[in-house]
Amino acid sequence: MRAKLRLLRLLRLLRLLRLLRRKSMPYAALLPMALIVLVGYLGTVLWSLKVSMSSSRTFPAHDFVGLTQYARLFGNERWLQSLENLALYGVLFIVACLVIGFLLAVFIDQKVAGEGVLRTVFLYPYAMSFVATGLVWQWLLNPGNGIQQAVRLWGYADFEFDWIVDQDKVMYTIVIATVWQASGLVMAILLAGLRGIDEEIWKAARIDGIPTWRVYLSIVLPMLGPSVGTAFVLLFTAVVKLFDSVVAMTQGGPGIASEVPAKFIMDHLFGRANIALASAGSIMLLLTVTILVAPFMYARSRAAHRKASQ
Amino acid sequence: MNATVTRARRNTRLDPARIGIYAFLVSAAAFFLLPLYIMLVTSVKPMDEIRLGNIFALPLSFTMEPWQTAWSSACTGVDCEGIRGGFWNSLAIVAPSTVLSILIGALNGYALSFWRARGAGLLFGILMMGAFIPVQVMIYPLVQILAALHLFSSLPGIILIHVIFGMPVMTLLFRNYYASIPEELFKAARIDGGGFFRIFLQLMLPMSTPIIIVAAIMQVTGIWNDYILGLVFAGRENLPMTVQLNNVINTTTGVRLYNVNMAATILTSLVPLSIYLVSGRWFVRGIAAGAVKG
Amino acid sequence: MSNVSIRNLCVSLGGNRIIENLDLDVIESEFLVLLGPSGCGKSTLLHSIAGLIDVADGSIAIGGEDMTWADPADRRIGMVFQSYALYPTMSVEGNMSFGLRIGGTPKAEIERRVKRAAEILHLEPLLKRKPSQLSGGQRQRVAIGRALVREADVLLFDEPLSNLDAKLRAELRRELKLLHRKLRSTMIYVTHDQVEAMTLATRIVVMQGGKIQQIGTPESVYSKPDNLFVAGFLGAPGMNFLNGTLACDRSMVRFAAGQVDLDVSNYAFKHEPRHDMTVVLGIRPEQIQIGDQGNLTGVVSLVEPMGNHEIVWIDYCGHSLAAIVQEMREFKADDRVRFSVDAAKISIFDQFDEARL
Repeated sequence: MRAKLRLLRLLRLLRLLRLLRRKSMPYAALLPMALIVLVGYLGTVLWSLKVSMSSSRTFPAHDFVGLTQYARLFGNERWLQSLENLALYGVLFIVACLVIGFLLAVFIDQKVAGEGVLRTVFLYPYAMSFVATGLVWQWLLNPGNGIQQAVRLWGYADFEFDWIVDQDKVMYTIVIATVWQASGLVMAILLAGLRGIDEEIWKAARIDGIPTWRVYLSIVLPMLGPSVGTAFVLLFTAVVKLFDSVVAMTQGGPGIASEVPAKFIMDHLFGRANIALASAGSIMLLLTVTILVAPFMYARSRAAHRKASQ
Repeated sequence: MNATVTRARRNTRLDPARIGIYAFLVSAAAFFLLPLYIMLVTSVKPMDEIRLGNIFALPLSFTMEPWQTAWSSACTGVDCEGIRGGFWNSLAIVAPSTVLSILIGALNGYALSFWRARGAGLLFGILMMGAFIPVQVMIYPLVQILAALHLFSSLPGIILIHVIFGMPVMTLLFRNYYASIPEELFKAARIDGGGFFRIFLQLMLPMSTPIIIVAAIMQVTGIWNDYILGLVFAGRENLPMTVQLNNVINTTTGVRLYNVNMAATILTSLVPLSIYLVSGRWFVRGIAAGAVKG
Repeated sequence: MSNVSIRNLCVSLGGNRIIENLDLDVIESEFLVLLGPSGCGKSTLLHSIAGLIDVADGSIAIGGEDMTWADPADRRIGMVFQSYALYPTMSVEGNMSFGLRIGGTPKAEIERRVKRAAEILHLEPLLKRKPSQLSGGQRQRVAIGRALVREADVLLFDEPLSNLDAKLRAELRRELKLLHRKLRSTMIYVTHDQVEAMTLATRIVVMQGGKIQQIGTPESVYSKPDNLFVAGFLGAPGMNFLNGTLACDRSMVRFAAGQVDLDVSNYAFKHEPRHDMTVVLGIRPEQIQIGDQGNLTGVVSLVEPMGNHEIVWIDYCGHSLAAIVQEMREFKADDRVRFSVDAAKISIFDQFDEARL
């Protein structure tokens, strides 16, 4: 009798353990993610924030100097130039990519022959690394051997296209190279959006007698809102990240004419050994992203909610 | 009103509008192909032809020597080993990083979609925001953490870094994919007595082939093309191809061998480009799937 | 208000001939329903009339004018689509007025037309809303409104109710019928739903395989189908078919199939019946009268109560016949019942060319 009772208790314990194991499995599986989120993402951001408020140079210092580094940052010529460059670059890059990508998508959408080939051609640069494409463009834009020289050899001896060595125009060359690389991405996203539009909308518009360009502008483009938003976010994150192309094309030059914040931060972290200043810069970058992307994400999640509740 | 519209549009094939469309598309295609053409042509020209000639011109004398040099004897500073070392390094980084990040991403997506673990939603939310954090914010602390773990400048270190930075998109990809699988399927498996890992390994993972292909394409091209993370975290012994390429080209010593540089650039782009050409629509699917953040 | 006349129409899609040599005259102010299974070419025909599909050959005239190659916007038509096809980013008002604004209609006129359409369709309170804030039925009314403001002579409907649930569908069906009575404009309506066709149409065009099978009033199409396809397509439950032969004997014509033997002398033959001809006999379920005075006997195999009527399945000499019984009576499976069939109301088809005899 007593043995039987003990056995029963043991069985119950075993069942409880099994239940516990089953319940805990998902948590165990999510452990790597939890670690990475808490340490890799949250932890590092907070750490950088802390470093940015210390007086660390080559080695971390554990003091607190408030916003001194930020003040120093905004007194730094190089940083200000970087910011200005990035703003100019960002506006031009995003607008050009969206416009060109939209045009490409619309033109490809006209039931053209060889659509597959064209799409492949427009998107292939995106498959390459920014370093590789940056190097190619450096070669193309190099006034001594590149396009300028080629056109001069064709007989236009006065032709000038030396933007890459021109302090005032070097940022435009980076815009050209990266737009070449990324506008295919916009095309792919928008084309997918275009193809998702109900064929009957087009028919209705034809019956209403609306010219094709007007349908694209007044009906299709507003309907592509989410796709445009997606493309914008992708392009915007690429702007903030801008580093590889600059390193490959100009290394920040001539002078500091094509310096960008990401490069400023990397240089101060590793070359110039000013960890605190670099961290302050990175936090500013994060702040910019947050301010620009957060409203978009909020609108996105609200739209998703609305859809879900319908 | 009607006599004019009658018989207006019988042959839509070649009116001026269509000619305009093709003219635009063909010139755009030419612009997009131009750099590739320059790369190819330059990489098979001897140096004196490059110095004197037009970059658009086809080669007069064809040579494969720049390719050989680029692969096995181009110099970065004092080392003259070519970029083949970088190729193998990239391979050694890409393969385990891709497999690991897909596995973890799939596991995360599965756990998030089907097992309502408490707090998982919040973690996922932070992870999604993490996708927007500029890498520069995380680099210094990550260097410190890896150094403390004795992983800095090592192969496992750079692999871990790629797993970290790949996690948001991978998790999102698999979460969205599993969200499209009917909940009933999972419930049926539960009633059949499947546990957490059994359902994952025997039911969900085999169903995930399409999304695994998409994820693999994204990760392989993404990690292969990475520059900044490899530069910081891989260490001298494991520098990936992109970093070596940049070192070869922007090396300050000696004459610039443009043909070698172009050959090296093509060699570096070969892996992602072939993946792109072979995978076609899958590549685009990856962009679309990864882009639907939030 | 216009008539539509289609001559010798051929339409190909992706290399396949969808419609071949089709002739059709749509009478002014009628409500013509194109009815048929999916893939029969009815939508293709409608889209050709609208000018949304280029025709390969033949002509389409609307209101006496050749419109074969006219732009859809110039055909004086309005169209309502299955998916509503509302411009999602515009308000209800914007949806209705956009085409007019593009066409340069004066502002006051646009206002008048939108107001009138909104009145007719009870859309006034919704004018400022976006399509996503409307229910399915409201969206379809907006789609109709967009067609109305064009003050078109011909209104085309492409399965407009098939995305709605059953109750709404019945409601909008009645609204459409009232709308037609009020506007008196020519309407061409595509559907695969025979109830819609029967209730709405002044004439039904039954289509199959890109060809017109029969044109007629709902009543005639239902009760005097021209061929086996039309007979089988209309009616639920479907017509009962019996394969057999005719036996002509002086003034008497009898139908025989195994043990079945029916006197069909009363049937109005279009063509002189021949002796020993193989035919298909068709009986609508409601034409089987169950009652003690019936001259035939069978066994009840299944009873399906429908609330206001019931369907009784009868085994008769190895055939299963459906009968609709209006008054709810107590039938049970395995009951022996007597029933009769009115030979004047049945249909007889030639088994070879499937045409009505």
